[in-house]
Parts: sequence; structure tokens; C-alpha cells
Amino acid sequence: MPLIKKNGAVFWTPKDSKKQLMVWFGWFIGLMLIFLSWRSISANTIWVFAADAPEQLRLMIMRMFPPKFEYLNKLWKPLWDTLNIATLGTLLGIVIAVPVAFLAASNTTPSRKLVRPFAMLILVSSRSVNSLIWALLLVTIVGPGIFAGIIAIALRSVGFVGKLLYEAIEEIDRTQVEAVTATGAAPSQVFSYGIVPQIMPAFAGISLYRWDINIRESTILGYVGAGGIGLNLSASLSILAWSQVSVILISVLGTVIASEWISARIRKMLI
Amino acid sequence: MPLIHASDGVNWKKKHLIANPYIRIGLAFTAVVYLALALSSVEVNWVRVQEGLGRGAAFVGSFLHPDFTSRWNEIFEGILESLTMTIVSTALGILLSIPVGIGAAGNIAPFPVYFLCRSIIAVSRTFPEVIIAIFFVAMFGFGALAGMLTLTFATIGFMAKLLAEDIEDIDPVQTEAIRSTGAGFFQMLTWSVQPQVMPRLIGLSVYRLDINFRESAVIGIVGAGGIGATLNTSIDRYEYDTTAAILIVIIVIVMCAEYVSGIIRKRLQ
Repeated sequence: MPLIKKNGAVFWTPKDSKKQLMVWFGWFIGLMLIFLSWRSISANTIWVFAADAPEQLRLMIMRMFPPKFEYLNKLWKPLWDTLNIATLGTLLGIVIAVPVAFLAASNTTPSRKLVRPFAMLILVSSRSVNSLIWALLLVTIVGPGIFAGIIAIALRSVGFVGKLLYEAIEEIDRTQVEAVTATGAAPSQVFSYGIVPQIMPAFAGISLYRWDINIRESTILGYVGAGGIGLNLSASLSILAWSQVSVILISVLGTVIASEWISARIRKMLI
Repeated sequence: MPLIHASDGVNWKKKHLIANPYIRIGLAFTAVVYLALALSSVEVNWVRVQEGLGRGAAFVGSFLHPDFTSRWNEIFEGILESLTMTIVSTALGILLSIPVGIGAAGNIAPFPVYFLCRSIIAVSRTFPEVIIAIFFVAMFGFGALAGMLTLTFATIGFMAKLLAEDIEDIDPVQTEAIRSTGAGFFQMLTWSVQPQVMPRLIGLSVYRLDINFRESAVIGIVGAGGIGATLNTSIDRYEYDTTAAILIVIIVIVMCAEYVSGIIRKRLQ
């Protein structure tokens, strides 16, 4: 810790002056970037429209209340579809992600130079593209409906599950694998007795976590035609049926809270 | 480790993931019933899928010859707008998430403040960005401002929750040491809490920057600015070469961001 002498007294500072200068320079660049970005957003905004936002919010809330709860009866099927999109999509995603993760992990990949970069590319591409964009594409390819939603969720989940899983595989304890190999086990036995038990808790946790996220994401896929409750949301918004929108929001809230509760329970059981 | 006594000696069996057999079998049974019900309710129009496969192949093929040139202006402006939205919303979101996060930490905040801050976090985290974007677009009009505010709102929930958990996990001894010197609440925050949570806070901020950029590509679909609108239009027009070009730009930026954030996070640890 550097000490600074000033006017005969000694002061303590957390950083020395050179480091402090670097920190200030970093802040300067960062703040400039933020300021320039804000100016560009502000220049493209019609402030007259933005200024009456509180009034718009008040009107919106007024239109949303009271919620039209009879509409809930029409929502059970879309909610069931939403649940299925999330669950089946997660399962399909996991099925694809597991082999890719083993190809991507540096200690299990067959070739670090050829196979690993390719597996990494699959994972990054899948992760960079949001499930809604996948859904947008898939609706034009396989047609509207929950099938497109399931595949969209699966394609997005591959990158997420794959990345976290390959990191877990890379962190396994080598000695256990060596111990199993030393007993004369075949590669498949080394795999199932040396590697799988070590990554199983992480795998279960990752899958549950992704399922939780997928429930949330599948509620909006319908907005682009990929099935589920988002379909009702976009339909209600386009006919300005705000009292139905509030019912939909409440049911989304309920679904998300329920799924979090379920996944917390299962997590406790597994880990 | 369970051992089984068989006629030819003692066999060893792998441990089950779930120890309790009733829960294990019950869960497996529920899973099978659910799967059967869920799969039977998925209607697939195979004729339509078959028709679409050609289009799917065209889309995959377009990654081999992406078209950056014919819509370059739209792509460039969209990406620039996405980046500006990302930067402002991340900065603003982190700034606002710090008081909310401190308020949501059970060990240093009084209960009413704790409850209020936890509610803000819950609302922000429950709804997907797109739904929030729909409402902000209705309030502030189409464009990047609505998108920026959406991402800011989502950032608050994300950062504040993780920050609060981090503050709850800090070493109480250091807080006590600072308190015993006669420090007030804010002095305690600066000298005991801040140094302990700062490395993780910076790491999370970089991670959130990355998420915000990816999300900014989506909320344009509902009119909240950014590259999403351009992407949406190109898909609607079946201009897959342009779609591929946009996706490649997004993927490259995300890869760069991840690489840089990896370096930053490694340095902090």
C-alpha cells in the first residue's frame, strides 16, 4: 500500500499514482463512449412523443384494469403449449449439446486442432442468436406452430448447455479417470465410470437452469408465430384488448414463478 | 457404495443420482406420462415441413455466400444503433442496480427497503425483454430510446440480484473491523463492502454488456431499435443472404466481446 507524504503528514491511498492515472484514463474513455452513444440515441428520438410517456403509462394501466378474467379459460391450451415448447425444446437441446460438449472439452475431444474449433463454433453460433430469431427463421422454414418453437428453443439451448457442460468436463479430477483406466477398463467404461459421475450434478443443474430460462423465453415465441401464449399476446395487442393483455401478463407471471418453484425443488432433490 | 450379493460373489453397482427409490421411480414415471402427453399434443404438418426444407437448405447455404453489400447501409446503421443502445443501457443499468442491489442485501439493508428492492428485482427478472420492450415502445414511441430503456430495466434486475447475493456473502469480519473504527454507513460501504464485491461486479458488468448486445438484436423485432428490425425485414423478404450476413456480424461481435471479457475477467482474478 503506497503512502504519500504531504505537508509533513503521511497519507494512505489504496493505489499508487501511476495506477490511479490509468484508472482515470479508463474512466475518461468509458464516459466519452457512453456520452457519444447517448447523444446518438437522443438525436434519433422524437422527444415530443417520448415526453408524454407518463400519460401513456397511466392510460395503459387504466385500460388494463380490471383484467378480464374470463379470458383465462382460453389460455389453458396456450399455456400447456408454452410448457411443452420449453420442456421438449430443452430435452432436444440437451440431446444435441452433450456430444458437442464432449467434442469441445480439451480433455475429451478426439482432436484439439480439428474437432474442437468446429464444436466451439457450433456453441458460439447457437449462443449468439436469440431463440426469438431462431423462431423467426424456423417459422418461415417449417411453418408456424409449436414445432418451430421447440426447435428454436433447442437450437438456442445447445450453446448454453454445451458451453457450461464442456467447462464442467474440463474441470474434472484426472486422478479418478486414471484410477478407472488402471483397472483395465475399456474407453466406454472409463467414460461411464470415470467421467460421467463427476459431471452428473453439474449437468443436472445446468439443464434445470436452462429449462427455467426456456419457460420464460417460450412465452414470447408466439409473437413471431411459433406457438404458445405469445400468440395470444400478439393477437390481444393488435386488437388493443388491454384487459386481455393484463390477464396474459398475470398468467405468464404465474407460470414463471411456478417453474422456478419446481426447479428449486428438483434441484434440492438432485444436488 | 451399494454392494449386491449375487450367487457368484459380491458385485458393485453404481450409485443412483437420486438415492430415494420412491422419488426416483415416481419422477421417472411422471416424466414418461408427461412426455407421452406432450408429444401427442405437438401437431406437425409434415407436408409443410417438407416444403420448407428446401428453404432451410437455402438458408444454411446462404452462410457460404453472405451478402454484405446490397443492404450494407441498413446493416451498418442497425449494428451501430444496437451498440449505442448496449453501451448506454449497460452503464445506466449498472449505475441504477448498485443502490437496488445494496438495498436488496439482507445483511445491510432494513426490511422495508429490502422488500421494495427485492420486488423491483422480481418484476424485472420475470418478464422477457421482448414483453418489456412492447410496453416501452407503447410509452416512448418506436426507436432506440425504448430499446435502451428496456435493456436498462432488464440490467437492473440481473445485476442487482447478483450484487445483492454477493454482498450477502461478504466476510463480516472486515465490515466489523471498519465499523469498529467509528465509520458511518457510507464509509463502511466504500472501505469494506466495495473492495470485496468489486472484482465480481466488474466481471458481471462485462458479461451483461455481452447479454445486452445479444438482446438488442431481438427487441428490434417489436420496434425498439437496433439490428433486429433489419434482421426481421430480411427474413420476411426471404433475403437469406442478407440474413446470413447480419447473423455473421452478430456472431463475430459476440465472439470478440467474449474474448475480451475473458481476458478482463482473468486479469481480475
